[in-house]
Amino acid sequence: MDMTTQGIPTAKPYVPPQLASATKVVARNVNVHYGDKHAIQNVSVDIPDQAVMAFIGPSGCGKSTFLRCINRMNDTIPICRVTGKIEIDSKDIYDPSLDVVQLRARVGMVFQKPNPFPKSIFENVAYGPRIHGLARNKTDLDEIVTTSLEKAGLFKEVKDRLADSGTSLSGGQQQRLCIARAIAVSPDIILMDEPCSALDPIATARIEELIDELRSNFCIIIVTHSMQQAARVSQRTAFFHLGVLVEEGETEAIFTNPREERTRDYITGRFG
Amino acid sequence: MTDLTAGTATPPIRRRVDITSPEAQAAIRRRYRAEARFKAYGLLAILTAAVFLTVLLVDVGTKAFPAFTTHSLQLDVAIPNDLVAPEQKNDPVAIRTADYLPVMRDTLRTAIPGVQGRGPERTLIRLISTGAADDIRERIVANPALIGTTIKAPLLLSDDADLYFKGAGTPIVVRPSRGVATPSDTSGSITITAPGNDFSENLVSVKLVMAERANALLADAERTSRSTAPNAAERAAELRKEATELAARANDRTAAETLDSRLPSLLVGINGGLVKISQLAADRIEGDVLLPLSSTNESQAGNWRILTYTTPESSRKITDLEVALLERFKANAQVERSFNWRFFTSGDSREPELAGIRGAIVGTALTLIVTLILCLPIGVAAAIYLEEFAPKNRFTDLIEVNINNLAAVPSIVFGLLGLAMFLNFFGLPRSAPLVGGLVLALLVLPTIIIASRAALKAVPPSIKEAALGVGASHQQAVFHHVLPLAMPGIMTGTIIGMAHALGETAPLLMIGMVAFIVDVPGGITDAATVLPVQIYLWSDLPELAFQAKTAGAIVVLLVFLFVMNGTAIWLRKRFERRW
Repeated sequence: MDMTTQGIPTAKPYVPPQLASATKVVARNVNVHYGDKHAIQNVSVDIPDQAVMAFIGPSGCGKSTFLRCINRMNDTIPICRVTGKIEIDSKDIYDPSLDVVQLRARVGMVFQKPNPFPKSIFENVAYGPRIHGLARNKTDLDEIVTTSLEKAGLFKEVKDRLADSGTSLSGGQQQRLCIARAIAVSPDIILMDEPCSALDPIATARIEELIDELRSNFCIIIVTHSMQQAARVSQRTAFFHLGVLVEEGETEAIFTNPREERTRDYITGRFG
Repeated sequence: MTDLTAGTATPPIRRRVDITSPEAQAAIRRRYRAEARFKAYGLLAILTAAVFLTVLLVDVGTKAFPAFTTHSLQLDVAIPNDLVAPEQKNDPVAIRTADYLPVMRDTLRTAIPGVQGRGPERTLIRLISTGAADDIRERIVANPALIGTTIKAPLLLSDDADLYFKGAGTPIVVRPSRGVATPSDTSGSITITAPGNDFSENLVSVKLVMAERANALLADAERTSRSTAPNAAERAAELRKEATELAARANDRTAAETLDSRLPSLLVGINGGLVKISQLAADRIEGDVLLPLSSTNESQAGNWRILTYTTPESSRKITDLEVALLERFKANAQVERSFNWRFFTSGDSREPELAGIRGAIVGTALTLIVTLILCLPIGVAAAIYLEEFAPKNRFTDLIEVNINNLAAVPSIVFGLLGLAMFLNFFGLPRSAPLVGGLVLALLVLPTIIIASRAALKAVPPSIKEAALGVGASHQQAVFHHVLPLAMPGIMTGTIIGMAHALGETAPLLMIGMVAFIVDVPGGITDAATVLPVQIYLWSDLPELAFQAKTAGAIVVLLVFLFVMNGTAIWLRKRFERRW
């Protein structure tokens, strides 16, 4: 593609794909600058609802940066500047009148390293609903915590020790607790930034099962280094390289019959 | 690689470690030696520090020990009916203003009868502290019914008398007699004859001392004669003459000798009295009666004794008469040793036996409370703002540099600032804990801000991200998650800062907290002093007893510091969290 070879990248007209379900997130010509570094260049993509979208690509290709644009987590980095348009349900999330806190309540996030609060398991899950006033009383809160933990497949393991510290759980359990925490505020979208990279294969399999179960209720976007994982859990896949979205499409098509040569090289392990 | 090096004269570069080669073995040994050396240095440093610390603590501890006990006389005090006029018997003011000195004097006179003359009487009354009368006064004010009765009361001894019982007096050697002795009178200057030559041994030892003195004078004369001073020769001749005379007296084994205060004091205990020898011969002495004799009867061998106060009178704080009186009290089992509560319950005093640290402790507490109330909220708020919310620009950089520099400013500068601002400009009261607290708050603020910022920075960013990720605002994330996790670190920093303030002296000198203040302060605007300044004040005083007080106050200060630092460690351990 000539975009990367030229000095100033130019936007190519983007043709939206035919999606199986409704479009949840629409991104058009998104550019991200870290100081002088042009980290994301003219990324346009449509992300479907009730499906899993995987972002793959070599380290430093900008897939995590793009993910963090979707819940405006990049706002916390002073030198980071985002231009372009990202819409969720046809609403521009970079609109100055939009409250970023409300946005993040609708777009949950699960991080690379499990990061439960050093508080009790119950408190970990209850924190979000509490600050957003989602529970009218204690019973309500208990129910939210229970259902969130059940949805995250953790309730059976921790139901007798909800008062124990979240950090006392194993790595895989901690990550499922983080997922429970994210879904406790009933978001529309869950962003997952390499959620399994710190976990062993068994814990990874549990998380993947969970992602598959959650797919029916949420729009899930997952960044992963593992192409097998992308192939296993996602319906659509986007391949990023050097800040550019090289190719995006049905996961099966990307892995069996990529249009771009760089995609083919990457998924066959020739580089990256 | 081999292609590149082949054909050249340089030897091939070794690229692999050959552990069997002598060079590799030598390298390993060298590394082991270096590691062992480093370990030894570390151990040495720690041992040295431990030795010095032990020496310091033992030294302070042993010096402080006497400050925590005190001696008093358990005597029967007769409170006379005419202490106050009969109609004023229940008037506290009259009781308080009554003259208690005669009561004390009569009590002591009854305890040791026969002490006559203004001088000895004054000596007797000076053995007890001026505070003893105050204690009696308080007792009678509290219970006026005691007037006209006899009460058993502890009379606090004066500092010198107290020190005598703590070992600062003189060793006493007692030698029983072999022959009979007859005193000429029961009081005044008397002669005692002892035909059995009982005093010959003492005379010999006195002569020996004189011979030594003669030798010392001769040596002195030698030195003087070699000097170039204008009249050195004359002076040397004088010294020689003196030495010759002394030597002659020393060699005359029978001649009587006059004792002076540079010699150990010799006394005779006979017929229930005590006589201090002034003129000594082998078979008779002349001397002054310190404690009156009961009769002039002949005393049989073994019934009278010769006492030696080994330390010469000129080398001790306490006279022979005082020693004699105190020994009499001791023999009567009237001296009592007790824990020195007064040290903790009273303020400063010019009298060492009455001086306490309560004023300083209360002053310290008030000052530190003011400091804490000011600098904990301000410091933590400043740290949170700078660390979490302030924009990063030149201005905040400047503030940061200034805070770091302020932490290194000498404390006396803060004292000058306090003097100029709080006292002269704002007109706040001098010597007050309020001003002390303000100055110390300025001093501690940078420490707390730096420690709090470090504690906030040490909280992993993933925790904040997690909070933001579930839709917490920045402020919620900081106050709900970052601050609680940073709290142990902030508390530790604060306590260390407060401990620093606790030991600070210099800035408080500048704002007048160095004044001599007897009263325990009642509020933050009263004149007060603090522990380290109290230590500084006492260390400067000439009275021997204040040495122990100084060490005692240091021990109290150290205990405070240990407790504060211990609390800091406990807080850190208790609230430390893993993530």
